[in-house]
Amino acid sequence: MAVARTKRLPSRPVILLLQVAVLIGFFLLWHVLTATNILSPFFFGTPLAVLERTWNDFASGVIWYHLGITLLETALAFAIGTVAGIAFGFWFARAPLVSVVFDPYIKAVNALPRVVLAPIFALWLGLGIWSKVALGVTLVFFIVFFNVYQGVKEVSPVVLANARMLGASNRHLFRHVYLPSALSWVFSSLHTAVGFAMVGAVVGEYLGSAAGLGYRIHQAEGVFDTVGVFSGMLVLTIFVVVIDVVVTVIEKRLLHWRPQEAQTTNAQG
Amino acid sequence: MAEAPALRPEGTETPALRLEGVTCTFPSPDGRGSTYTAVQGVSFTVAAGEFVSIVGPTGSGKSTLLNVAAGLLEPSEGRAFAFGQLVNGINPLAGYMFQAEALMPWKSALENVAAGLEFRGVSKREAEERARPWLARVGLDRFGDRYPHQLSGGMRKRVALAQTLIVDPKIVLMDEPFSALDIQTRQMMENELLDLWSADRKSVVFITHDLEEAISMSDRVLVLSAGPGARLIGEYPVDLERPRDVAEIRMTPHFLDLHREIWGQLREEVLKGYAQTKLK
Ligand SMILES: Nc1ncnc2c1ncn2[C@@H]1O[C@H](COP(=O)(O)OP(=O)(O)OP(=O)(O)O)[C@@H](O)[C@H]1O
Ligand SMILES: [Mg+2]
Repeated sequence: MAVARTKRLPSRPVILLLQVAVLIGFFLLWHVLTATNILSPFFFGTPLAVLERTWNDFASGVIWYHLGITLLETALAFAIGTVAGIAFGFWFARAPLVSVVFDPYIKAVNALPRVVLAPIFALWLGLGIWSKVALGVTLVFFIVFFNVYQGVKEVSPVVLANARMLGASNRHLFRHVYLPSALSWVFSSLHTAVGFAMVGAVVGEYLGSAAGLGYRIHQAEGVFDTVGVFSGMLVLTIFVVVIDVVVTVIEKRLLHWRPQEAQTTNAQG
Repeated sequence: MAEAPALRPEGTETPALRLEGVTCTFPSPDGRGSTYTAVQGVSFTVAAGEFVSIVGPTGSGKSTLLNVAAGLLEPSEGRAFAFGQLVNGINPLAGYMFQAEALMPWKSALENVAAGLEFRGVSKREAEERARPWLARVGLDRFGDRYPHQLSGGMRKRVALAQTLIVDPKIVLMDEPFSALDIQTRQMMENELLDLWSADRKSVVFITHDLEEAISMSDRVLVLSAGPGARLIGEYPVDLERPRDVAEIRMTPHFLDLHREIWGQLREEVLKGYAQTKLK
């Protein structure tokens, strides 16, 4: 594959190699600094201990339960937030009066740092998964809402007029014009939305719960177990990367009609 | 959606399209209540089965007139009739090939062509089966699963042509349909359109910048003056025999006479129009 002519970059395997080198370099540096006591292992852990702890957690299976909880919360927050965002986004975009009246309030609520809601949700919904889901929903909802609103508003008037001339009823316009346009905006914000669903889950767990990755990190912190904290962060990072890859695959599937950066295939492929 | 009336009295006087004293005044973009009158008191008719071209300088209001005929734009004054019926809202008898990009970018070429049938209640599968021959007719049978952004500008125009004609509109409104095509493809498409048209004699309103195209295609050429307040200032019947080959007919002496005559009038307007646009 060739990308539109920009500055020449080395080929993909070389880049991958460099990326791995950075990772190894980071761990080496960490190892050397802690082994020579320039950084205290008590405060900074040691990479070997962190890797070992992570490995043991996976091997013994304790971590799976917490991963599962966080994943469930993330998925629920994402699903509920997305459906609500789509519904309200459409409603507001198609009802100008509603959108004008509610505009300042939507902006105000969106400007509120959502973390402050966590204790309230814990109070209302208890320490189980639903308080975390609620926190995630408040984050996801607004991203999806604004994107759907934009997507409906940005439909080209000519495309719309064309569909109407071809005989589209309001129902057809929704299904064949507004929805695809809105969904393309939603999907283009999929990474952010999934990321925020997870932030909601983990922050919620961190602030008060009995399970999940956030809870594990909080627990480790409580007993000054730096290795445990770093191990938790490592698992969280892996979790994020895996989810991001999955989202990318889904996105490619669903947005195949969208112009990517101009691409051509050359002989080497 | 209302279907075209099944029993259309043949041979009666009812014109396919009639515009009566159409005036379109737009609010100026600078706000403050000032307005811009694009077209003023424009009246014309298109007989059933007639091919009429409208030429005029850029910005004179050709697309505006077509929007009125399509029922997409309510004129400030005047009315439009399609086969005697007042156009009020979308004109269900008209197909419209837009000047700007109008394909749905999220649908493949085939799905775009099939869309009109789907909107009329044909199942997706059957609509696509029926769309295939139309794609072939515009020379794109191998490109059915491409999305609009993967097609060239000319290919997109051809998809749009198939998309417009597949639903068999009684009146076809075309806004500079071929201006994006290279000269060879363009003449091929022009001949193809004339073939399609002669098969079932739809009424066509064809807008173009290109006077040669207008003359070689139509039964009648209307000339629109430069705006603001553009009016129809010329009407020229084109009595060249059919069937025509658009490339060959341009060499005939009668064609050249007509061209000289119309161009004499159009040229002034184009110069005025150009001066106007620069002033704006
Ligand atoms: N919605 C609108 N609001 C304000 N002014 C408009 C609007 N639509 C058209 N106009 C103005 O009306 C005039 C005629 O526009 P129109 O698009 O009909 O021109 P045209 O003859 O089709 O030009 P071209 O050949 O370049 O396509 C232009 O001066 C344009 O600025
Ligand atoms: Mg125009």
